Amino acid sequence: MSTVTQPQGPPKDTAHHEHVATHGSTSLSTFLSTYVFSKDHKVIGLQFLFSTLVWFLIGGLLALAVRWQVAWPWSDVPVLGKLFAQHGGQMVPEFYTMLFTMHASVMIFLVIIPILAGAFGNFLIPLMIGADDMAFPTLNMLSYWFMWPAFFFFGASFFVEGGAAAGGWTSYPPLSTSTVSAPGSGMGQTLWLLGLTMVGVSSMLGSVNYMTTIILMRAPGMTMFRLPMTIWAMFITAILQAFALPVLTAAGFMQLTDRLIGTGFFSPEGNIINNAMSGAGGGQPLLWQHLFWFYSHPAVYIMILPAMGMVSDILTTFARKPLFGYRPMVYSIAGIAGLGFIVWGHHMFISGMNPALGITFMVATMMIALPSAVKTFNWLGTIWGGRIHYTTAMLFAISFVSMFIIGGLSGIFMAATPVDIFIHDTYFIVAHFHYVLFAGTAMGVWAGIYYWFPKMFGRTMNEFWGKVHFFLTFMFLNGTFFTMHILGAVGFPRRLADAYHYETFHHLQPLNAFMTWCAMGMVATQIIFAINFFWSMFRGPVAGRNPWNANTLEWTAPSPPGHGNFDFQPVVYRGPYEFSVPGCEKDHLMQTDPPHPAEAAAAAAAHA
Amino acid sequence: MDHDNRDRNAGSGGFPPGKAPGDSWADGLPKGRRWSGIAWSLLFLLVPVLGTATFVIAPYYDHWLPKDVSVHGKSIDGLFYFILVLTGVVFLATELILFWFMWKYDAAASSKPATYIHGSHTLEVVWTIIPAATMLFLAIYQMNTWADVKMRRPRMAPSVEVVARQFEWRLRYPGRDETLGTEDDLFVVNDLHVPIDEDFLVQLKSMDVLHSFFLPNFRVKQDAVPGMKIPVWFKATETGTYDIVCAEVCGWGHYKMKGRVTVESRADFNRWLALIEAEQKATQRGPEEIPVAAAD
Repeated sequence: MSTVTQPQGPPKDTAHHEHVATHGSTSLSTFLSTYVFSKDHKVIGLQFLFSTLVWFLIGGLLALAVRWQVAWPWSDVPVLGKLFAQHGGQMVPEFYTMLFTMHASVMIFLVIIPILAGAFGNFLIPLMIGADDMAFPTLNMLSYWFMWPAFFFFGASFFVEGGAAAGGWTSYPPLSTSTVSAPGSGMGQTLWLLGLTMVGVSSMLGSVNYMTTIILMRAPGMTMFRLPMTIWAMFITAILQAFALPVLTAAGFMQLTDRLIGTGFFSPEGNIINNAMSGAGGGQPLLWQHLFWFYSHPAVYIMILPAMGMVSDILTTFARKPLFGYRPMVYSIAGIAGLGFIVWGHHMFISGMNPALGITFMVATMMIALPSAVKTFNWLGTIWGGRIHYTTAMLFAISFVSMFIIGGLSGIFMAATPVDIFIHDTYFIVAHFHYVLFAGTAMGVWAGIYYWFPKMFGRTMNEFWGKVHFFLTFMFLNGTFFTMHILGAVGFPRRLADAYHYETFHHLQPLNAFMTWCAMGMVATQIIFAINFFWSMFRGPVAGRNPWNANTLEWTAPSPPGHGNFDFQPVVYRGPYEFSVPGCEKDHLMQTDPPHPAEAAAAAAAHA
Repeated sequence: MDHDNRDRNAGSGGFPPGKAPGDSWADGLPKGRRWSGIAWSLLFLLVPVLGTATFVIAPYYDHWLPKDVSVHGKSIDGLFYFILVLTGVVFLATELILFWFMWKYDAAASSKPATYIHGSHTLEVVWTIIPAATMLFLAIYQMNTWADVKMRRPRMAPSVEVVARQFEWRLRYPGRDETLGTEDDLFVVNDLHVPIDEDFLVQLKSMDVLHSFFLPNFRVKQDAVPGMKIPVWFKATETGTYDIVCAEVCGWGHYKMKGRVTVESRADFNRWLALIEAEQKATQRGPEEIPVAAAD
């Protein structure tokens, strides 16, 4: 690592940064402290990234098994068939209910939440604010290692008697609290709750750290309103996590005690399940739904806001244009987060909750569409008048915008209480959240991986295969998920192992078969991504510090940055999006570039 | 000026050698080919085109809202179409704008720098207020139907009690005295009969776990919650036999928790009730043998 003295900031004491490189010790303890129990935010970020990508694959395969049963119920299952030898190779319905439960649980708790906050949050926050690491490196390390008990509990639950949890990822009692109500409500459900608690601990350690780091450790000159959108999104997400998560953790413990020591928070008096009296009674099943959604609705924004931030940064870089409406973008993230706490009831319109309350939640939910709309218009405004470069990262970012429009608009159908009566728990909602979480967040994550890969590994991913990956994923995802709107319009219910014996749905099998073929194509396409990822890690073209000519601080550090990140003290002079400043000899002014004479003139003209 | 050592790195890596910046406007990124910009924008044009086409074509292949046979169904469908048109217009407009910007502002299509602009106060106000007013209107516009379906309960005794359990619908008609919970109650499983053109009030309960009473053709859906008695009402408008589906996951047999609802004239309905009554007397079945949810 070379150290260069910078004119705009004092050289940093790099002695301890060289530590890892110069020692070069091969001893086990050094290896462990560098790559395994590392306190370096970048290593922790990459640990999160690799772990979550592995679970992404597992979750995807679970989804394929779900799709197989929906398309060709009771037919011999390829590969998995051996598991069902005593059933002639057919999937049993118990197994199907477990599959969709675990698909959702894995994707939400082990993939989306940790990949955004854990992987990108960890890797990017110190780099983008100009800090040498997180505020609490040990806490940060623990936040990763608390994921492992969760991995273990979720993974082990597949192998216990009765199989993994099978009550849906929402785990509504009494199905989930009564051990006799379903095979998966035994040990599998207990392990599910323990896993969830561990994910919660991990997220909480992370969010405390992110908030502290962003508030206290910004580089000189980095005011809050010079932060890149990624950091704003991570910051507000961390606040959301910190306030919402305790409710879920408490509710999880209540469900655990209902199951294990006979409390009755969620089971009503005199309930007879499977011809047996169940539980102590005196509880209320709807209480769980309120507590669960009080966390899990804000969690929906925890699962999208960071992706929105990353997409905003990528769009500006490849449109070579300042972000349109920086402050409205910040305020709309804050607006989404604030309103996010008072809309949980829209998951419960037909749950038996007082219908008058449904009206309140409908109005709040309609209002939360507003900041989302503002964000979309500002993204369009950002592209307008730009110089768009169609890199892989940019294509994924643009597709985030395009797909988020669909996911956002389909949400309005569900927000409207009367319409929700019909489409609630049908494939319409499945279409909606896959457009937000897969076509939105996952595409944003891919955009982020292609964009920050050079910073993570010092090499660039292959652009040609990246575009092939993008094109196929884009086509297959729309083939899989857009058609779900149509299923939803017919009223096709989710979570049914076989719906074709209903007169209303018997003709929908060919469409479902088409969707399953698309889903298989979508998973297969990820092989291209995996090969590109690992090949580029070792053989890709070497990237400089700033391969995309972007402005934010991480691009001033070496690629990959050493321990301590920066080889000089970054000093910030401007916001993150000063692209194409008129009169400037290059088209981007990095946040650390010294003040430029053209800037003041351009700013005056732009605000005239 | 060598004020900045990072220039050394700028644009140096990341792209295959030989694609160094050489544009008339130097943004340092390799200029793509115009045809690829066109191709990518056309790909995104497919979104509004195929998206709209899917919704237009689906009804012709009977992949659409199932036949509506209730009074509420008509107003719910009306609201569905209203939102469909509204969101359809916004969908088309935004996706077409996205396509047009992608087509027009391709770096390969111009040698001009990007427009240096940080936003527009006026535009922000406009695109905040218009959606806000629209969404508020939309919310208010829904309220009356919602109140009709879920809040303005008809003043009548329950026409039937539906008790959901894993994995069947147990129905209990009040019998001749028109009162539930008496000697002459009639018990049926999975076979709901409803007189046409009359308000029909269901008292929905669950014996064990959550279920959801879903009548696709009536646009009726209501979760059944153990420990709660939830009223559900509708008015059928067309005779025939339709599906009852469970829409809330209730265990391994959730998929087969199927019932049928038959809409018939008052005369046929009464005949059917008499038939059930006769059957029940003949087999000596009494209410005490049928477990009902204890939280009555």
